[in-house]
Amino acid sequence: MDLNFSDADLAFREEVREFLRNEYPADIREKMDRGIRLARDDFMRWQQTLHARGWAAPNWPVEHGGTGWSATQKYIFTTELALANTPTIMPFGLSMVGPVIYTYGNEEQKARFLPDILASRAWWCQGYSEPGAGSDLASLKTRAERDGDHYVINGTKTWTTLGQFADWIFLLARTSTDVSRKQEGISFILADMRTPGISLRPIITIDGEHEVNEVHFENVRVPVENLVGEEGRGWTYGKVLLQHERAGIAAVARSKYRLDTLKRLAAEAPPGGTPLMDDPVFRRKVAAVEIELLALEYTDLRTLAAVATGGAPGPESSILKIKGTEVQQAIDELYVEAAGCYAFAFTPELFASPDIPDATRIGPPWAADTAPHYFNGRKVSIYGGTNEIQKNIIAKAVLGL
Amino acid sequence: MDFSLNEDQALLKDSLERFIQGSYDFDTRRANVASELGYSRETYAQFAELGWTAVPFSEADGGLDGGPIELMVMMEQFGRGLVIEPYFASIVLAGAALRHAGDDDAKARWLAGLIDGSLTGALALQEPQSRFDLANVRTRAERSDEGWRLTGHKAVVLNARDADVILVPARTRGRDRDRDGITLFALAAGTPGMTTRAYPTVDGMQAAEVILEDVQLPADAVLGHEDGALAVLEAVTREALLAVCAEAVGIMAVLVEKTVDYSKNRKQFGLPIGAFQALQHRMVEMFMEHEQTRSLLYMAAMKLAAGAPDVDRALSALKYQVGRSGRRIGQEAVQLHGGMGVTHELDVAHYFKRLTMIDLAYGNADHHLSRFAA
Ligand SMILES: Cc1cc2nc3c(=O)[nH]c(=O)nc-3n(C[C@H](O)[C@H](O)[C@H](O)COP(=O)(O)OP(=O)(O)OC[C@H]3O[C@@H](n4cnc5c(N)ncnc54)[C@H](O)[C@@H]3O)c2cc1C
Repeated sequence: MDLNFSDADLAFREEVREFLRNEYPADIREKMDRGIRLARDDFMRWQQTLHARGWAAPNWPVEHGGTGWSATQKYIFTTELALANTPTIMPFGLSMVGPVIYTYGNEEQKARFLPDILASRAWWCQGYSEPGAGSDLASLKTRAERDGDHYVINGTKTWTTLGQFADWIFLLARTSTDVSRKQEGISFILADMRTPGISLRPIITIDGEHEVNEVHFENVRVPVENLVGEEGRGWTYGKVLLQHERAGIAAVARSKYRLDTLKRLAAEAPPGGTPLMDDPVFRRKVAAVEIELLALEYTDLRTLAAVATGGAPGPESSILKIKGTEVQQAIDELYVEAAGCYAFAFTPELFASPDIPDATRIGPPWAADTAPHYFNGRKVSIYGGTNEIQKNIIAKAVLGL
Repeated sequence: MDFSLNEDQALLKDSLERFIQGSYDFDTRRANVASELGYSRETYAQFAELGWTAVPFSEADGGLDGGPIELMVMMEQFGRGLVIEPYFASIVLAGAALRHAGDDDAKARWLAGLIDGSLTGALALQEPQSRFDLANVRTRAERSDEGWRLTGHKAVVLNARDADVILVPARTRGRDRDRDGITLFALAAGTPGMTTRAYPTVDGMQAAEVILEDVQLPADAVLGHEDGALAVLEAVTREALLAVCAEAVGIMAVLVEKTVDYSKNRKQFGLPIGAFQALQHRMVEMFMEHEQTRSLLYMAAMKLAAGAPDVDRALSALKYQVGRSGRRIGQEAVQLHGGMGVTHELDVAHYFKRLTMIDLAYGNADHHLSRFAA
């Protein structure tokens, strides 16, 4: 057992830091640091910046544009990105559909889609969930019926994150109902969002933002060449995708960054006040979350080490989603508490553009966003498979119950 | 021992229940939140017509002589309806401050209007640095030729933008956190030197920062005893604590009902999700948390009504429980609704938001646990 990075790893870390110092676009950094909403272009430009350096897809095989890094290097990379407060990398293209295409797609599909995903030229969205199929995804009803060279798609997808930005959607649709198990007869299909018959209805989230959508398909004709892999095998591919989603799901580095920032902010107080960090009760609460995070960090590292030595991720990896989201939510709550009365102010318009000075915000510049952030953050224990479903998986697959 | 309501209280409960169920549906509320004013003046006028704005005041003052039990009965229903009209700011805070300050001139000037609903009020209890310490008052009032001159900053004052009168505690003597030397002033809307910066709150209400810059007030703007306002603020806060806790219990009841209901209807894996034992136990926990909180609510209301010597301990116990159980019930209600729970469309999300914010008002769970333990 050894906790230290090798010299080569340390040199790599310096390389990443230097890249971030020089290449992280200043305007995006400013938005992130001031809590200003990012636009579609900000996400894209940041991912394009990573791509320009060849670092857009560390988890992809080298032949498709991956970096060939060791597990330790990937860990260092993720950590440094979080500590520099860089935008979340949108998972839909790079972590979700990309791996499915390079694993199960044909050569033509690889050539057609992977370069745009890698270079963040196309924005993808994920069309899995339906109004009647959430946790029980396999009960999905959207149909894709063969008509000559096309599939005709009918149905409704929902909770589609940032579908309003998307050029493409990957969806699971039923190509056959004549099956013995509901997991069969589902296909993995790619659709251009501009195809006639696709329409979006915004769903406003609890914090008042337009983050998710209902996507309706009405006689949408998609060429059969957009089927990935074999017809009826989409469920298997979809599950592979979920494994890729798990990489980095613990969000340890980002939580560390947020907790450190919180400690700094809570150490300040307006004139005549007492910093909240001086309150032993609050300090203990922060410490408790910090310990939970520390444990999570080492659980994450154990998983990484197992994979690095060629093993499969052990049972500890199943913990990552649950504990990772619990820690994120606990940190959200600490922020609200630290904001005190200023957590009440609901002023999203003051966080909409960098041109609005921080001085116009109500209370400390960071405070008025804490409650909406906490409310919205309840989603992390719901999406990507609810924490209850994760526990069902652990009970069955790990504990053998 | 008697946990039942008397006839008048039962009638009051009935009248609120009927109104909330019949005329305060969620879509109307939503439209009112989104309106320019942020609530409905017509609805508030109805509250007055129905006599609710008169309840906590003495008959001599033109009220209905209601006490903590009546306050609890009303606020629980307001919680059930997620009422956003400024009853709390105007009647429970400003009205109570006028009552407890016992200043006849001020009462003559303001009370009739508050009671008939033609006027509303606000009470500026917090400052940016004060957290939950009522005595931490930096706003200063100095004597001037005409009377007083006020300078300071009041934080997150509910209903301040539209209030006809804002009651402002200011330091007339001593240092920042002294218990003595705080005086309450009544500032009519539009008083020169007073500006408000208004904004909606995350739980659907209206608040403002109130900035006082050399505000000149006549000598008779003082409410009650000079230097002695802390006792008034403490008395008001007791009622405010009971009120928000009753509101919280109303919200909890709704969240438990709605979650149980949803779990019976939402099907996944061929079953209502309520059939899964993992979720059943969670809902049982929610149910128990709500009942336990309700028990402390009744206890605290009765102690406040009886003027019991340990009423502050009782209120702290209640507020701690509200914070802890509210957090759990709110989070679980959202979680058990799945994606629906985090949408603006679903009422559950809004109940969750209000319940969350109640913990932050007038001392959070930790604050009251420490106070109870002291
Ligand atoms: C903000 C947000 C973004 C999202 N983005 C996307 C996206 O881009 N693309 C996409 O396809 N989907 C997306 N989702 C959908 C997400 O994956 C689903 O919300 C999730 O799978 C849960 O489904 P549901 O909402 O229908 O809840 P339900 O499945 O109805 O669950 C309701 C409750 O029942 C519990 N439950 C259900 N079954 C069981 C069981 N067997 N045992 C115990 N408890 C159970 C759940 O855990 C939950 O608490 C997003 C969701 C959110 C909230």
